[in-house]
Amino acid sequence: MAPLAKTLTIRPSPHLLSGASVDTTMVNVVLALLPATAFGIYAFGAPAALTLATALASCALTELASCRLAGRPSTLGDWSVTVTGLLYGLTLPPGLPLWMTALGGAIAVGLGKALFGGLGYNPFNPALVGRAVLQAAFPVAMTSWLPVFDPARFVSLPASTLTPPFTTPVYDAVTGATPLAQWKFGHALTASGELALGMVSGSTGETSAVLILLGGAYLVARNMMSWRIPLAVLVTVGGLAGLLHEIDPQRHAPAGFHLFSGGLMLGAVFMATDMVASPMTALGGYLYGALIGALTLVIRVWGGLPEGVMYAILLANAVSPLLDRAIRPRTYGTRGPART
Amino acid sequence: MRLLSFRTFRHGVHPPEAKEETRGMPIRQFPFAPLLVVPLVQHIGAPAVAVVREGQEVVRGQRIARPDGFLSVAMHAPASGVVRRIALAPSAAGRMVPAVYLEPFPGSTQEVAEGAPCRLDRATPAEILAAIQEAGVVGLGGAGFPTHAKLAIPAGKVVDTLIVNGVECEPYLTTDHRVMLEQRDDVFTGIRYLLAVSGARHAIVGVEENTPDAARHLRDGLPADLPATVEVLRVKYPQGAEKMLVSALLGREVPSGGLPVDVQALCVNVATTAEIGRLLPHGRGIQERVVTVGGPAVVRKGNYRIPIGTPLRFLLEHVGVTGDLDSVFLGGPMMGQAVPRLDVTVTKGVSGVLAFTGRESERASRRTYPCIRCGHCLDACPVFLDPATLGALARTADFARMTDEHHLMDCFECGACAFVCPARIPLVQQFRLAKAAVRKAAAR
Repeated sequence: MAPLAKTLTIRPSPHLLSGASVDTTMVNVVLALLPATAFGIYAFGAPAALTLATALASCALTELASCRLAGRPSTLGDWSVTVTGLLYGLTLPPGLPLWMTALGGAIAVGLGKALFGGLGYNPFNPALVGRAVLQAAFPVAMTSWLPVFDPARFVSLPASTLTPPFTTPVYDAVTGATPLAQWKFGHALTASGELALGMVSGSTGETSAVLILLGGAYLVARNMMSWRIPLAVLVTVGGLAGLLHEIDPQRHAPAGFHLFSGGLMLGAVFMATDMVASPMTALGGYLYGALIGALTLVIRVWGGLPEGVMYAILLANAVSPLLDRAIRPRTYGTRGPART
Repeated sequence: MRLLSFRTFRHGVHPPEAKEETRGMPIRQFPFAPLLVVPLVQHIGAPAVAVVREGQEVVRGQRIARPDGFLSVAMHAPASGVVRRIALAPSAAGRMVPAVYLEPFPGSTQEVAEGAPCRLDRATPAEILAAIQEAGVVGLGGAGFPTHAKLAIPAGKVVDTLIVNGVECEPYLTTDHRVMLEQRDDVFTGIRYLLAVSGARHAIVGVEENTPDAARHLRDGLPADLPATVEVLRVKYPQGAEKMLVSALLGREVPSGGLPVDVQALCVNVATTAEIGRLLPHGRGIQERVVTVGGPAVVRKGNYRIPIGTPLRFLLEHVGVTGDLDSVFLGGPMMGQAVPRLDVTVTKGVSGVLAFTGRESERASRRTYPCIRCGHCLDACPVFLDPATLGALARTADFARMTDEHHLMDCFECGACAFVCPARIPLVQQFRLAKAAVRKAAAR
């Protein structure tokens, strides 16, 4: 046998790595969002598709531009901006003027992510940062909804979609209203079955609770998402809403309505679980989720807005570093948690 | 078939076991290399002192070096032959260490010289300790700590349970598994010596449920007068680590910076136990050990009884390697050390010699990402550290906070955090560098 002459590679242990990686995790989040995305396009038609495409393009271009500015190689390959772009698009009303969608996307990635140092450093969920700015700047446009399953949804665009930049959109006579708004302002209750399946008006990707849960279950099964956070959010909302309904069924909607309406499912499953902006410990995750659930319900019941998931998550994002600082695992063989 | 068990420690990971290819391979004797290089320091502690001269003829099993003080052990000739040189040789860690270069006689047999036996029925604990030191026994699991020093129970401490560590949690390795199947009586004899010397009332052999044949074989053969049981644990890495095994079997937590003896337990590797049972009745010393030679780049994988001092080049040429050999490491893939050169030799602490091809290497060195704070490392760490935060502090060289606030020194570098990290951050390496810096600062 020929003598062994070979240059050996040396590398620190461990020499085995699990299959998990940031890019495959992000790709799987996108996959998990596809059923809800497809349903959103089916339910709201061409304007929804255009909104999503614009959101994705705006976020990706902003990411690319900020990489250029920072003199770094492109980070499009880690797929995180695709997740941000898609999530951002799914939270928007399908008939939102495209120029607003594009502006919000630039804010989401530019202000919510790049300015803080990119992937891994965003203190807030970037998609929600973009949405929050739009909500503050264009409150009317952000609460004008398209009717669901409009027969003409694939052949014509609503007037609002193609509004020229920096002008006020004009809305068609027939617009939809979300179940939360109908409850808040008209005290009309939508049936839970319709809510769960998404037969209602709302943001592009928030309406089908069932498909969102399906995507979440897929990610949990692949160990790519915390199940504790959505569980804590939903249990808190369900519990508090049930309690309020028990106290005064006339004033407060039942738990099922709160759980399946508005952006709660999308927020609890895909937004609150943004790994960077949520706590790392199990207990921290439960507390963080409970905080989101409680704030959501407080805003919905006593606040001026029909929906509160977005602000609840952003506020909890702000608390997340504190939770990680305060809740430390007790190191094996030591008396208490590490000194802070 | 697996034996069902729910007992284990908390946290940990499940790397691919990769034991199928060698678990059924009986232990085979390995031939002598043309030149054996026996390092005089194969353990933690002072190098042994050579008691042979260059040019001297020795017989297999003859003592060639004596211990230098308490934290040191004897060395024995792995083959009958001539001492060619006593000079420096490379160690796996990259340092040069004193070594005996031994050229076996052509046709040197496997026969081993016997010394003064250490008889169980007559020897005092102190005599057994001395015999273990003379036999050159160190922890064969890889730590290389002199076994007699571990067995010397400090004054004021009591041991009630002897744990025989048959948990081979590193992927690929099947040496302990084979030793339990093929050297059952040696294991039981070893337990008798260990019970006598430690004062423990009973022994527990801990195995994982992926070695049910070993568990059954040991249980079936347990002598009625041996106060020992065999306990089966769930498969999880790093269950073979002393602290994790003590927790899994006894539910006791070894204090930070302490040893199992602080919770009345003593942990000895099963191969070490078998070696004590095999050597002491004949007054012999360690001149070979069982090694799993495996990994995707090895052609004839298996478990071999390899003479101490066998150069890796000879070993790999003998078993054959594929053309795309890329890296070789000693021990298992989770904690093993990659060797920079093939003139490194097999020492007492080497439980495995694994060879990987370029494909596995590429997989292990793919690009890294920033930490996304997913928290997987917190759920993996068997000692409940916060590797994500420790890593961030390491990257800014904030060693004081790493030790004071985050218990850096409790990390035993098992690699569970780096294994699960989706950002592929080399956390273990960052912690090693930080620890080295902390130790250096403390020494100054």
